[in-house]
Amino acid sequence: MSDFIAQTAERVREHAARKSPLRIRGGGTKDFLGASGAGEPLEVSSYTGIVAYEPRELVLTVRAGTRLADIERALAAEGQMLPFEPPRFGEAATIGGTVACNLSGPRRPFAGAARDFVLGARIVNGKGEDLSFGGRVIKNVAGYDVSRLMAGAFGTLGVLTELSFKVLPRPPAEATLAFEMDEAAMIEAVNRWAGQPLPLSATAWESGVLRVRLSGAASAVAAARAKLGGADVPDGGTYWLSLREQALPFFEGDAPLWRLSVAQTAGPLGLTMPQLVEWGGGQRWLRGDAELGPMRDAAQKARGHATRFRGGDRAGGVFHPLAPAIAKIHRRLKEAFDPAGVLNPGRMDNF
Amino acid sequence: MDLALTPAPRGTVLAALGAVRPPLSVVAEAECLAAFETDAYIQVRETPLAAVLPESEAEVIALVRALAPIGVPVVTRGAGTGISGGAIPHADGVLAVLTRLRAIVRIDAAARLAVVEPGVPNAQVSEAARPAGLHFAPDPSSQVVSTIGGNIAENAGGVHCLKYGLTVHNVVALRAIDGEGELLEIGGEALDAPGYDLLAVVTGSEGNLGLITRATLRLLPRPEATETVLAAFDTVKAGAEAVGAIIGAGLVPAALEMMDRVVIDACERYMALGLPKAEALLLVEVDGGREEANEALGQVEALLAASGATEVRVAKDEDERAKLWKSRKGAFAALASVLPDYYTMDGTIPRRALPEVLDAVYALGREYGLTIGNVFHAGDGNMHPCIFYDATKPGEFERSEELGGRILELCIDHGGTITGEHGVGIEKLEAMCLQFRAGEIAAFHDVKRAFDPTGILNPGKAVPALKRCAEWGGMHVRAGRVPRPDIPRF
Repeated sequence: MSDFIAQTAERVREHAARKSPLRIRGGGTKDFLGASGAGEPLEVSSYTGIVAYEPRELVLTVRAGTRLADIERALAAEGQMLPFEPPRFGEAATIGGTVACNLSGPRRPFAGAARDFVLGARIVNGKGEDLSFGGRVIKNVAGYDVSRLMAGAFGTLGVLTELSFKVLPRPPAEATLAFEMDEAAMIEAVNRWAGQPLPLSATAWESGVLRVRLSGAASAVAAARAKLGGADVPDGGTYWLSLREQALPFFEGDAPLWRLSVAQTAGPLGLTMPQLVEWGGGQRWLRGDAELGPMRDAAQKARGHATRFRGGDRAGGVFHPLAPAIAKIHRRLKEAFDPAGVLNPGRMDNF
Repeated sequence: MDLALTPAPRGTVLAALGAVRPPLSVVAEAECLAAFETDAYIQVRETPLAAVLPESEAEVIALVRALAPIGVPVVTRGAGTGISGGAIPHADGVLAVLTRLRAIVRIDAAARLAVVEPGVPNAQVSEAARPAGLHFAPDPSSQVVSTIGGNIAENAGGVHCLKYGLTVHNVVALRAIDGEGELLEIGGEALDAPGYDLLAVVTGSEGNLGLITRATLRLLPRPEATETVLAAFDTVKAGAEAVGAIIGAGLVPAALEMMDRVVIDACERYMALGLPKAEALLLVEVDGGREEANEALGQVEALLAASGATEVRVAKDEDERAKLWKSRKGAFAALASVLPDYYTMDGTIPRRALPEVLDAVYALGREYGLTIGNVFHAGDGNMHPCIFYDATKPGEFERSEELGGRILELCIDHGGTITGEHGVGIEKLEAMCLQFRAGEIAAFHDVKRAFDPTGILNPGKAVPALKRCAEWGGMHVRAGRVPRPDIPRF
């Protein structure tokens, strides 16, 4: 066992013994995300490095403190990528934090989320045990899928120490098209296109303009471009990067940012707030002060859920409440993985 | 640790089932129960106290609620095509047969979703979605018969996983009944759900965490074009390197399937397909838009030639494609002609280790005096070595089992896993003890307890008790009789 893992395990055991909470922290770029957790910081950004990377296996194993920037540089050198296009929200972003928050970027509806590419996870649970789940192969059904359970658990079930991913080749060609259309027409169009064999890799709509990214073989991108029409966006790459990093003008300022993850085909939400819709209609960002209740109602009506993503009053609940039966399972999982309740308690509201 | 259930007397169990209103469809006569005594892991048979065939989700809930208070095991079964024994009944338990829940509730073409009941056979989903130009990507070779519920319980794979993912990547929501008879609505139509990813945990949990009563499946556009190529190689190593070269060139083929000399010869003898004489055959399929598939086909042909393929055949139409696939899909039946009995492994290894592991596998075969044929999902390193034996020769079956165990150890030693897609069931319980340490096994039991505190759901499957490692096992073909020979497998 590495010194880092041994020390982390010891620290967790010690905190568990006196029921003293730990706040797991990598690059600190997602401090704004989730409910505010209490506890002494447990710094994990020092455990860095690529453990194994075989481009021809499409498998990457890294220490969780490794920066996303470093991982993406290593992958790019081999013409590959993390297919879920994770946002960083700061250069210090680590892969551990990304998986803990299950953060995925514009490519998500067409490629999959962070959780879809997790093959294995090594964790230190709340009892200070060093455990490994999943593996370093693409197909593996031995044991329950605890690795994917870690994705989006915000560190409340275990400290992530090492992670394995399936990676994919970068598409050789990319193009961005723009279309003027209203929200309802956009929702219809992006869903219709997603049902056709087109090399779509991202969609975003704001202020009456839909942008669509195509990625794939040069011939496929050219054919789709001809088929879809629209106006060429010459510097599409910059747009998608700014969207991924929430650096577009839409995201500027201090007004609270809401994330409504809804059915892709759900019609316009009808909220009178500035809105940016991506993920083929599935992820709708809204800006402004609003009460939790109406936002949750709107999300639920659209067959989804609402999150206070940035800003606003975070004490009253950040994530959508769980149905009682689902909450019951959550309580038991938390109790089993972290019986003393020391790992990021409260970061996921009640867990 | 395992939760020990105290067996309830048969009369008590039947009375509990009989008290359910409206009445459940219960099968309790021994001669009728014989149909359910095993799945496709046929060397283990067990008779349950009763089988129940629910006709609605409400009946599934009523069934679990009737049995949970008296601690009666509930084993869920679909079509019974699983080859690791996950649906073998419990002698003190009730078998929940979900094949009557077979409605395709709706195909939502706009949202690319199919809402189905668990007893719907896999292939019917794609059939129903076809008019909308969509399909359900996971395609276990049992897909004509195997049910969606079983596919989810096993996290089924197939030959197109490298590009399109496993079942877990193609299920967006589930309704499942937990061990307390409570309905869990997991996931949803949105691209994510609040809270922990229970969808991932339940998928592949082999009936241990809940009885699936409804699933919402992601449908994908049917590719506009598909191109299929068969390439012959002088060595398995050359074939494996060609796979590496294709992936290294940035291509993600829809399928990459390989078979060795033993399998090629068996197919030739059985089906007379006119396959090239070779030590290894590689089947490559690329798909997508017309232009994309053409471009990929050109690249694949060039890469195969550069990798030393001795012969390359490209399917010109659907008929030729079906012919190229016939060797791969019919391999199972063909292998049964080699020796009366054989046993299929399901280990997965990093692909780079394939030549080395394969040499070791052949060496083990020689050491044990048993023939081994190999088929692989070469793209993802999932190997299916088939060990041939003759059950009428004393000790040969035991030797094959031991050899199988050695092969799984090899997979683990090379950083792989004991099962890529067939599941643990009862077959690989002992191998689980090799792959995982006590801490992880304990964590699996913790996960189970969260969904099933009294441990009534499929007890004794998927995860070994810490103190007990069961015997090795495998998929056995007895005296040339394949269970359900009509279903292609692997």
